[in-house]
Amino acid sequence: MKPLPFHHALKVREDVCFGCTRCMTICPTGAIRISRGKAHVNSDRCVDCGNCMEVCPVNAIVVEQDDFQKIYRYKYRVAVVPAVMIGQFREEITEQQIYSILLELGFTHVYEAEFGSDVLHEISGRYTTYADRSPVISTFCPAIVRLIQVRFPSLAQHLNLIKPPLDITAAFAKKQLLDRGAGEREIGIFYVTPCAAKIAAIKSPQGEATSIFNGVINMDFLFNLVHKTIVKQKNKEEPLSAPSRRNLSGDAVVWSLTMGEAPHMPGRSLAVDGIHNVIEFLEKLENGEIHGVDFLELRSCDEGCAGGILGSGNRFLTAERLRHRGESMDGISDEIKREIHRQEEYLGRNLKLERIEPRSIMKLDDDFQTAMEKMEQIQDLLEKLPHVDCGTCGSPSCEALAQDIVQGKADLSNCIFYQRRQELLDARNAKANLQRMIKVWGREKLEGS
Amino acid sequence: MHFEFDIEAGDFSNAGYASSKIKKILKQLNLPNSIIKRAMVALFESEVNVIGHSFGGTLSIDIEKDRLHILVSDTGPGIEDVDLAMSEGYSTATKEIQEMGFGAGMGLPNIKKNTDYLDIRSKAGDHTEIEMLIHFDGEGEQGDSAG
Repeated sequence: MKPLPFHHALKVREDVCFGCTRCMTICPTGAIRISRGKAHVNSDRCVDCGNCMEVCPVNAIVVEQDDFQKIYRYKYRVAVVPAVMIGQFREEITEQQIYSILLELGFTHVYEAEFGSDVLHEISGRYTTYADRSPVISTFCPAIVRLIQVRFPSLAQHLNLIKPPLDITAAFAKKQLLDRGAGEREIGIFYVTPCAAKIAAIKSPQGEATSIFNGVINMDFLFNLVHKTIVKQKNKEEPLSAPSRRNLSGDAVVWSLTMGEAPHMPGRSLAVDGIHNVIEFLEKLENGEIHGVDFLELRSCDEGCAGGILGSGNRFLTAERLRHRGESMDGISDEIKREIHRQEEYLGRNLKLERIEPRSIMKLDDDFQTAMEKMEQIQDLLEKLPHVDCGTCGSPSCEALAQDIVQGKADLSNCIFYQRRQELLDARNAKANLQRMIKVWGREKLEGS
Repeated sequence: MHFEFDIEAGDFSNAGYASSKIKKILKQLNLPNSIIKRAMVALFESEVNVIGHSFGGTLSIDIEKDRLHILVSDTGPGIEDVDLAMSEGYSTATKEIQEMGFGAGMGLPNIKKNTDYLDIRSKAGDHTEIEMLIHFDGEGEQGDSAG
């Protein structure tokens, strides 16, 4: 059975996109093509890393989000907030203030996403990992999980099958509410996300049938809402009740930053951030070139989640603020520890992910013979192509064009170098070639209007 | 399908170039991960061997309908004692090479473990030629060394 298509949070606004190719060139999985002058995303390949959104000069790439009003479908409205949210604000604005504003805005409970790492530590006495193969690869960053599924299928067995902290936090929150008499259907758990990949991971989870989250709120949207409230309530004094500072450890505060996770893992570990750096590293791992490392913290964004595309602040400032805040934390209180142990059995049953299946985008065909034939055609085509990777054909590179051609998605005469050669042979080819270019770039661009 | 790569002696920074290129092709051919993994070990170790121990050479790969045929040939200096070279931990690598993280004496034994056929033809003071086969339905660890 063919797996269900990935859900994607990133969408191209066709009314804004002008087909500049920046996104196509930077996409780490070669998911973008230009057609009729607009960028189109192949949903099997996209991992929602957000690199396209970051380079788009006209904000044509947007992140979908749930309607904020959706929270009112639930009696108990839980916000699971990542530590980087706090790092978006100036230091004089305390987390207590921010959380109390979230309560004013309509949430009934606020939990900090990275608390899950404290839960895991409290239950097992250390940060456990669980995978078939070593080195174990962190499943913290959902863009990396998908990257491995599509581009490095042979490494899927290295993925840590312990749920990421935000899911553990959500399970903890849910259990607390259930124990206090809330009905299952009355609880709505919402994640405040710093990136598109987490939205996608919640809407179509990998390694579990359904996500514990009922919705996602984008961090930039909430940042603006909170900011507006701060400005309005300038003279207001005491904030409302909010989670105590003793609900989170200093380690958990910086968990989502680069080197937030790696140093705590058993054995030798290292951290790589930035999806292109991660790809370079995974190539080496796949080649068998990496020895003596037990744990890999791999994050799609520079500076980890502080570099998330839905962040409003500077990633380095955000990271620094988090580190500063982390240093001032005294660790979780005994009361919280007791609560974790009360829930231990329930949480224990909800810690593990199912096996994460690879879904290779690399294969030319399921059948080896057919794939061989296609590969031979690709090798022939590559000899005819100029290898300048100009993108004018609508594919990100000459190699990608060759693949698109054998997959029946493009034509050799999409290449402008090949077009010139054809026109030299017979000037009458010019007209057909122009039509070809219109197909890729749209009439407007070709006619110069 | 035939691929060929020139490998320069001492060029450790490019170790893995040929293997990576071939890996991409094997992934596109939808070969099982286990086969790709074995091929990667054999190819990467071969690359490192030529870079670290020889005066330079070529790596050629033929993808056939049921197997990979790999031929590594260099221009010298040849292997003194093939049986000794095949034993785990034995290495003629210099201290400098070992400091770079290579030359642990696992190259040829690793290749043997991951191929279905291995033939080393070498003459001391002359060239070395290593021929390997990886069958798509094979298990590896059957490599047979010959002098």
